[in-house]
Amino acid sequence: MLVHRHDWSLQRKGYLDQERHKERVREAIRRNLGSIVANESIILSDGKKTIRIPIRSLEEYKFRYDYRKKKHVGQGPGGSRVGDVIAREGEGQGPGRGPGAGDQPGVDYYEAEVEIDEIAKLIFEDLELPYLEEKSKQAVHSRQLRFGEVRKTGILPHLDKRRTLLENMKRMAKETGTARIGPLRKEDLRFKSWDEEIRYETNAVVIAMMDVSGSMGEFKKYIARSFYFWMVRFLRTKYDNVKVVFITHHTEAKEVTEEQFFTQGESGGTVVSSAYRLALEIIRERFNPKDWNIYPFHFSDGDNYYSDNDEAVRLADELIATCNLFGYGEIGEEEYAGYRRSGGALLSIFNERLKNKDRFVGVRIDRKEDVYPALKAFFGRRGETV
Amino acid sequence: MSDAEIKVLEKAIEQIWDKACELGLDPFPIHFEIVPATVIYEIGSYALPGRYSHWSFGKAYHKMKLMYDLGLSKLYEVVINTNPAYAFLLEGNSLVQNKMIIAHVIAHVDFFKNNIYFSRTNRRMVDEAVTHAERIREYEFKYGRKTVEEFLDAVLSIQEHINPDLFIREERAEAPEKPKTPAPKPGKYDDLFALDELKKEKVSTVEEEEDAPRRIPPRPEKDLVRFIMTHSPVLEPWQRDIMAMIHEEMEYFVPQLQTKIMNEGWASYWHTRILRELDLSDEEFVEFAQLHAAVVSPRKGSLNPYYVGFKIFEDIERRWDHPTPEEIEKFGREPGKGREKIFEVRQLENDISFIRNYLTRQLVEDLDLYIFELRDEEEWVITDKTWERVRDQMVADMTNFGFPVIEVLDGDYNGNRELYLRHRYEGIELDIEYAKKTLEYVYKLWGRDVHLETVVDGEPLVLHFDGEEHWED
Repeated sequence: MLVHRHDWSLQRKGYLDQERHKERVREAIRRNLGSIVANESIILSDGKKTIRIPIRSLEEYKFRYDYRKKKHVGQGPGGSRVGDVIAREGEGQGPGRGPGAGDQPGVDYYEAEVEIDEIAKLIFEDLELPYLEEKSKQAVHSRQLRFGEVRKTGILPHLDKRRTLLENMKRMAKETGTARIGPLRKEDLRFKSWDEEIRYETNAVVIAMMDVSGSMGEFKKYIARSFYFWMVRFLRTKYDNVKVVFITHHTEAKEVTEEQFFTQGESGGTVVSSAYRLALEIIRERFNPKDWNIYPFHFSDGDNYYSDNDEAVRLADELIATCNLFGYGEIGEEEYAGYRRSGGALLSIFNERLKNKDRFVGVRIDRKEDVYPALKAFFGRRGETV
Repeated sequence: MSDAEIKVLEKAIEQIWDKACELGLDPFPIHFEIVPATVIYEIGSYALPGRYSHWSFGKAYHKMKLMYDLGLSKLYEVVINTNPAYAFLLEGNSLVQNKMIIAHVIAHVDFFKNNIYFSRTNRRMVDEAVTHAERIREYEFKYGRKTVEEFLDAVLSIQEHINPDLFIREERAEAPEKPKTPAPKPGKYDDLFALDELKKEKVSTVEEEEDAPRRIPPRPEKDLVRFIMTHSPVLEPWQRDIMAMIHEEMEYFVPQLQTKIMNEGWASYWHTRILRELDLSDEEFVEFAQLHAAVVSPRKGSLNPYYVGFKIFEDIERRWDHPTPEEIEKFGREPGKGREKIFEVRQLENDISFIRNYLTRQLVEDLDLYIFELRDEEEWVITDKTWERVRDQMVADMTNFGFPVIEVLDGDYNGNRELYLRHRYEGIELDIEYAKKTLEYVYKLWGRDVHLETVVDGEPLVLHFDGEEHWED
């Protein structure tokens, strides 16, 4: 009897259908962006490239029994007794399954390994930078030299030795019939030629402001954090050079490091104008609006000190005049998602009293799922009018 | 693999083949082929070489391949039930491994050829699957990949719901009940000759028309795929064609679903017997024993069909070789008939009857089988070891190859061509979330409101879906 061997190297159906499956995963991600955007494993990914996220709707649905409500037959190593616990819920895949019993335990989502960049691409597909303006670009002489071409003339230090020897061998082959290295002639020489690249950089600065007063808890900080995470990532796709300045404030504002910004303890009351004042100062000193696209964003719970509201509005107007877009996010209590303060909150005050509302975006965020719509509100397509 | 190694393997195949036939196995000719891992996993995940494309196969392929890459599981062979049969061997198997696998494969093919449940399978299924794949590819080209894929999603969601009873064939629903013979030309005196008969006939036809406002289906119909394919008000010809193809492929796979334990047990039984008869060196024998142990070892918590089937076949052979005095007296069983008996079993039984007839109290204890269930929503606990109940639970789990029975009760529900399905509830509830999602697919195939009657927490429940919303009552 013969044993056959074929060349299967062109066989790649499995691979192609695997790609189809991946595409489905991508679609599922797109549909679930709302809940994925604020997923802890992304925001706290710390530079990891891929993450695992649960994705629904990738199951192959069928009429099947409720795995958790039925009895199953299992097999032990011998000596098992009635009453033995063989597994606990939530432990991986669950215990064994009867033959042909549908083959899936009660797991109703599919964990997909996804690259964060891929998610970012999907999120940013819908986003655009409003009021993107031509600022005077800074010409940067990048240090990198690019060797682009090969020429027959040049200076000796730029001799391309490999190519020169190759040319020499080619010529020898032509002349003598064997490809070997012979005496060098001038026509063999090849030189690299290079250019110094001049790039123009576009600059943007994000002025991230956050209220760290007593009323800002873990959840509110997390929301702010996930928002800034995507915002900075997004701006980096549009600008060559994105700087972020972090300002925290309660009754006073100060510039802090990124780490302090996200981890600082909370205390004290809230005077919003202090943060805006500091932001304006920093802009004046370091980021000339002629050269920089400026994006101040502020997250707070809206509980401003009453007598500060006038000043806050005045400074906000001033900020708006110097920047591309001023964003204000008011974060509610997670537990009281339905509860909205009407009067008194800063958001409604801004909405009523700001002079230049074109460049102001105010959103309310109550749940993690609101982060994605907030991003869309800030960076939605609408800048075309300018 | 070098040519010299191939030669050695070919010799081994011949030797094993002769041994197998000598021992009474009767396989189809087998086309052996050595393939790389990517290919064996591809064939394994598609279940047939050259089958149509769908992302769910890609998902299975990815998963299997990943397990292999991580060293968690290995597929040594894939056998296809055709004549001649195909056996794909994984490149890189050692010679001893291959010897065991070849013996295993030969027994599988013997089973395919001789088990009664396979008697109607299409033995040219590979060719058939390839033409299906071509047709589906053409449809993709013509109607768009996405359209076809979405349609396949819907059909595959109900693909197991065909009528697998290969022995009781119903008349085709589409065949007219009675061929109409043209009425004979009335002769001059006909009315005189057949006055009475004529009268009777007339009355009876009237009765038929009045009494039977034709119900579709006339009896509850278990074959959802065929019913929807024939009666759906919205399907295009190409869609019906795809459903027919899926139906055909599923018919081909049903016997395999019905005989998993037996087939693997049979193959494991024979690779053991045959390898024992080969002249293996001590070293080779140890290697064989290791692989054999890996194949038939109990899996933690779940049933290993290889192991259970293997043990039952061995037990049957023993019991018919050495019947107890009681068995001799009561059943007239003669000693030494073990081999003969297992061949009879491999021909006539499927997993359900195999377990029901041959899983004994002793085996349930030896195999340490038990019933387990979820208690207080948190712990999976062993709740029963009574051997009859274990046996009956296994049989219940394999009934309808593990899928709930869903029937079409009415294809013209509400007089509006809506589709009314019923879950034949026998004590096990449906996964309601899944049922709802599947109803969405059924809606896609039927094009009008769909309803599913079932039981939850002891109360009847009907799920409805109208294309937009789900509701229940």
